[in-house]
Amino acid sequence: MSATPLLELRGIDKSFGPVQVLRDVAFAAHAGEVTALVGDNGAGKSTLVKCISGIHPTDAGEFVFDGRPVSINSPRDAAALGIEVVYQDLALCDNLDIVQNMFLGREKRSGIVLDEPTMEQMAAETLAGLSVRTVKSLRQHVSSLSGGQRQTVAIAKAVLWNSRLVILDEPTAALGVAQTAQVLELVRRLADNGLAVVLISHNMNDVFAVSDRIAALYLGQMVAQVKTTDITHSQVVELITAGRSGSLGLTGEPGGNGAAPADTTPGAVR
Amino acid sequence: MTATVTKKEGPAGVTPTPTLGSHVNNYWRRVRGGDIGALPAVVMLVALAVGFSIARPSFFTAGNLANLFTQGAAVTLIAMGLVFVLLLGEIDLSAGFASGVCAAILANVVTVLGYPWYVAVLSAVVTGVVIGTVLGLLVAKVGIPSFVVTLAGFLAFQGVVLTLMDEGANIAVRDDVLVAIANRNLSPVLGWSLAAVAVAGYAAVQLLRHRNRAARGLLTDPIAVVAGRIAGLAVILGMAVYVLNLERSRNVLVVSLKGVPIVVPLIALLLVVWTFVLQRTSYGRHIYAVGGNAEAARRAGINVDRIRVSVFVICSSMAAIGGIVAASRANSVDPNTGGSNVLLYAVGAAVIGGTSLFGGKGRVLDAVLGGAVIAVIDNGMGLMGYSSGVKYVVTGVVLLAAATIDALSRRRAAATGTR
Repeated sequence: MSATPLLELRGIDKSFGPVQVLRDVAFAAHAGEVTALVGDNGAGKSTLVKCISGIHPTDAGEFVFDGRPVSINSPRDAAALGIEVVYQDLALCDNLDIVQNMFLGREKRSGIVLDEPTMEQMAAETLAGLSVRTVKSLRQHVSSLSGGQRQTVAIAKAVLWNSRLVILDEPTAALGVAQTAQVLELVRRLADNGLAVVLISHNMNDVFAVSDRIAALYLGQMVAQVKTTDITHSQVVELITAGRSGSLGLTGEPGGNGAAPADTTPGAVR
Repeated sequence: MTATVTKKEGPAGVTPTPTLGSHVNNYWRRVRGGDIGALPAVVMLVALAVGFSIARPSFFTAGNLANLFTQGAAVTLIAMGLVFVLLLGEIDLSAGFASGVCAAILANVVTVLGYPWYVAVLSAVVTGVVIGTVLGLLVAKVGIPSFVVTLAGFLAFQGVVLTLMDEGANIAVRDDVLVAIANRNLSPVLGWSLAAVAVAGYAAVQLLRHRNRAARGLLTDPIAVVAGRIAGLAVILGMAVYVLNLERSRNVLVVSLKGVPIVVPLIALLLVVWTFVLQRTSYGRHIYAVGGNAEAARRAGINVDRIRVSVFVICSSMAAIGGIVAASRANSVDPNTGGSNVLLYAVGAAVIGGTSLFGGKGRVLDAVLGGAVIAVIDNGMGLMGYSSGVKYVVTGVVLLAAATIDALSRRRAAATGTR
């Protein structure tokens, strides 16, 4: 894919009071690729995502988006750049239908009247573009949808706004086997449509099924960001649990300052 | 997800064009799935009307029908405002006495101070807006449960009415315009023209939407269903206007009494306006969103606090209008205006009509249908000669039945995944 990443973070530090959650983190997401972000609980995945989406300001570090240095200070900034996050709890209103949910807070209007036909058309086009065929009607309430369909609606909502980077927080955590397969297929299709996709997941099968690159966080440090084809299952697990695996990952004492930047490791990005 | 996958073809959302049969089927499936809407209210209304007509033929007369409208008007108007509060899953227990306070202001301004009627109406409505703003701010910004805030309001406003009424005296309202609201009728011709305008307007909106959607290749209701709706409205309005235009004076030589009570078009107008706000504007959409999932609404960039305050403002303003109508009907305001059963009837009207106490589900039309049910019970049982005690018990049972239907249909909806 393209040589320059769509989003590149360098030297991100983030502390909450005395606790340093992110330490000199480098991270890149490429258009047309799925980048899996893995790490144990408390490794800093959610914090990193919240920094990218503008919910938490960073203490230090730079953001480069599309080759330009940018600063993301609020969710609005992130949305303006085309960064959308699909959170684990989806944030859908059960009592509204699919179209109403997809446009919630950003309704299309003509005058003061809601422009329902346009919204319904745009929603249908977006879902068709994602080859979603599993919903019966765009006018059914979200409460009548299955978990996988809800995930689909949440993802479609994120894609609707010409977004360029979509971050998915554990999209398959609550799903059964068949629905997981469908959502993963959708994740793959997002990337194939040219979006940069960041997938947070604990499930190694999912990660290896769809991702192009894997970025591993360990205790707030980015220990490796490598091509999925260059790494094995057990190596990723070692990176998550110990912060190192053979020549990959931390070189010095874990937690020390001598962490090797990801890009000096074999097979690293950049 | 498994069953639907196999059936689908073509792009998302494109299903075979619905026919009349599939439309009816869909509706029936929604009802069985727990999405019953106003069905219980309509069934109850028809059953009660038929029952009372058989038991007391005087129930089904033009005179009594006109009475029904004016009797139920104040409660219905308050209930229409309450729907907004209930949509957020909140409650306004003070709406009854808020209407009393506004009516007291109206009476004081027009009778005691002698200002013209429009000044009095304006001050009553402004009072409602102020009351709603205070209640809403206490709920949204301070974070006190609405039950407690409005219960405090219920007590305090009762005292305010007493104070405004000079410790119990009542104030007469004799202004012609104010008295006309609940006591005079439209001329028969004007009644017919308004009904015609209403049907024509409804038809235009429905047909335009149908054409617009069809032109864009979107799913449309079958044209037969659209035509059926328009015809249904025309028949109902036509019958109502015809009956209300019959002479209902006992002695025509003394006074002629016929035509649609003025309060009917007032309710109809407010029904149209608020329905438009709820269904066709993004503000209305945001009310449903906050009622359904406040956190999702907040993340979507909706100012949840502002929505919360605004529904209390709408509720108290509608209570003010209800108070004006009540004052007009009684020709006076006394310390009990808006008191006793008014609030409970109003909440009952909204819930009987199908507005959920759990938030996120309801329409302004529910308040009108539920208000009609309550007015029919009240009026019919009065004609049957039952005492007030029995009337209260029956109304309480009906309210309980409506709340039960609400809770059960909600459970059923959760089980079948529709709502």
